[in-house]
Amino acid sequence: MPEVTMAGALNAALRDSLADDPKVLVYGEDVGRAGGIFGVTAGLQTEFGSERVFDVPISEAGFVGAAIGLAMRGYRPVVELQFDGFAYPALEQVLSHVAKYRNRTRGVCDMPIVLRMPAFGGLGGKEHHGESPETIYASTPGLKVVVPSSALDAYRLLRLAIDDPDPVVVLEPKARYRSSESGELTVAGAGIGRARELRAGADVAIATYGAMTQRALEAADRLAERGIQAHVLDLRSLAPLDVDAIAHAVTTTGRLVVVHEAPRSMGVGAEVAALAMEHAWNDLKAPVERVTGHDTPYPPGTLEARWLPSVDRICAAVGRTLA
Amino acid sequence: MRNVHEPEASTPLRLVAPDGTRAGDVDVGLPEADLHALFRWMVIARRLDIECVALAHEGELITYPGFEGQEAAQVGAAYALDTDDIVFPTFRELAMALVRGVDPVAYLRYHRGTWHGAPYDPIVSGFAPICVPTGTQLPHAVGWALGAKLDGVDAVALGCIGDGATSEGDFHEAANLAGVWNAPLVIFCQNNRWAITTPLEEQTAGEIWARAEGYGFPGVRVDGNDVLAVHHVTTAAIRRARSGGGPTLIEAMTYRIGPHSTNDDAGRYRDPREVERARELDPIARYRTFLLNERIADEGFVIACEREAELVAGQVREAIVATPAPSTDELFASVYGDPPATFEAHRSQVLGETGDA
Repeated sequence: MPEVTMAGALNAALRDSLADDPKVLVYGEDVGRAGGIFGVTAGLQTEFGSERVFDVPISEAGFVGAAIGLAMRGYRPVVELQFDGFAYPALEQVLSHVAKYRNRTRGVCDMPIVLRMPAFGGLGGKEHHGESPETIYASTPGLKVVVPSSALDAYRLLRLAIDDPDPVVVLEPKARYRSSESGELTVAGAGIGRARELRAGADVAIATYGAMTQRALEAADRLAERGIQAHVLDLRSLAPLDVDAIAHAVTTTGRLVVVHEAPRSMGVGAEVAALAMEHAWNDLKAPVERVTGHDTPYPPGTLEARWLPSVDRICAAVGRTLA
Repeated sequence: MRNVHEPEASTPLRLVAPDGTRAGDVDVGLPEADLHALFRWMVIARRLDIECVALAHEGELITYPGFEGQEAAQVGAAYALDTDDIVFPTFRELAMALVRGVDPVAYLRYHRGTWHGAPYDPIVSGFAPICVPTGTQLPHAVGWALGAKLDGVDAVALGCIGDGATSEGDFHEAANLAGVWNAPLVIFCQNNRWAITTPLEEQTAGEIWARAEGYGFPGVRVDGNDVLAVHHVTTAAIRRARSGGGPTLIEAMTYRIGPHSTNDDAGRYRDPREVERARELDPIARYRTFLLNERIADEGFVIACEREAELVAGQVREAIVATPAPSTDELFASVYGDPPATFEAHRSQVLGETGDA
């Protein structure tokens, strides 16, 4: 099986979608000539032409808003926002229009728009380059939000997002762009709205997404050495969340730890904990633990390791649920 | 199009003077039926506007933003469009909606609180959703225009804004994108001098039409109360866009005679003498005098238009007050094209609780 990086898999997803559907457009800042800051759109303009793959002025509200007009004419715009922290100027367009336009037109105008952005931290980057904005998008009715954690799943999720009739925000964990995986690139498998069980275990469930799946798996390895079997769930779809998978994880283990990079308060962890209580209250043997970024702005690079959830913190949280 | 640097360029183009006499070359090549239609639409629009204000005061509409005084700007511009074109309106464009063939009863469901955005079909009617967040509709218009260009069709988008929206970032971003993409777009600004309580002088120190040069396309200022001039200028801009010439910014100089909306009392912040002076520039009286003077129409035509307007206002009133609130199920009906299972479960739960299942 060939090995592919996450950036390469995303590139393949864009290429295959462009080839399959003439209505797919790919645009954003520096995506055409340069092929994107992380190389995700490399070679696409050469292959598909500058009418379908193009650079735009530094104008996030403008070009995200333009995606709505393009969608009204039947296009499927795949828009790259250069960084999580640079997507904020487009928020009014996303929250007031992209998310609501179908509802505002009583279903006349589908909004098959994909907003891709490198997200989260882990690269020691400068400020505004390590944001975890998922709660903003995932708490907005009308949007779907996915976060791939591996190369093959990134291919699947991006292609599914492009095919979806609804707007999908794809938060690409930039720390995982260079990670690689072997296997066939295919859309077959878990759809949007489904979580993936990365590891089976009967003692505790760790639910996470994005780059934190790696830390959760490392924690599970370490816990196994102590005889604790952790069930690791890659949520991968934050809107909608896979309620059944969360309930199943809690029902079978009785203990839940949610791990994410975003600050703790009002985060995905709170929602997952609430779902666990609603759907598996009688099976919970301990309070749900959250291992998250702190309730501060994303730190400068030298403090990153003290901010992001670590394997130690995850293991400690698991220990508390077993205490 | 006139150039920014020509000294007379900031004088609005005018074909018919406020007293109805000729102010320019009025022979703009419009057939009599079109000259009549411009008047008919303005009369119907004004009568309906009056009815809507009354309906809002009676509580039959939640609130209503009137457009008295802006009939010529809206009718003149919208009438220049073809079927395949589209308007991206603000929230004050009922006259344009009428000209585009939008059912006014459907349109007014927005103001009755029956539905958001477009309670009519925005694609079939070529009239995008009513848009309240200031200027945010303009990037949509640019995208639509780019789509038309990519499709290889000669359709044009008319993006509406007011003077207040030109202070928004979305105006700048949209205009800049339209220039870069050479999009078939007409940015139609109705400068009615007031953004709720803020006068033009506090909105901008520059001239709106002149900003076009900075985006690399022409700008033109027109007397927005001269329906013939507005139609003429918009037609030229549309022709330019259709033939691949790119965008144009039109600044139609007009005046908001009424308050911002029926929830606003303009008497608190605006000198009534200013409003009285604006009334002397009334677009409908001006065009009526012109039509009669030039023997393009007679009194009988004027009376027929007024009778039709009365009829329309009555029919719209009857239909809109009879419009019920939608069912609870409508809340969920169009949020997603492919609704997630969790959303469907949520819908069932809510409908079960409300007994609307």
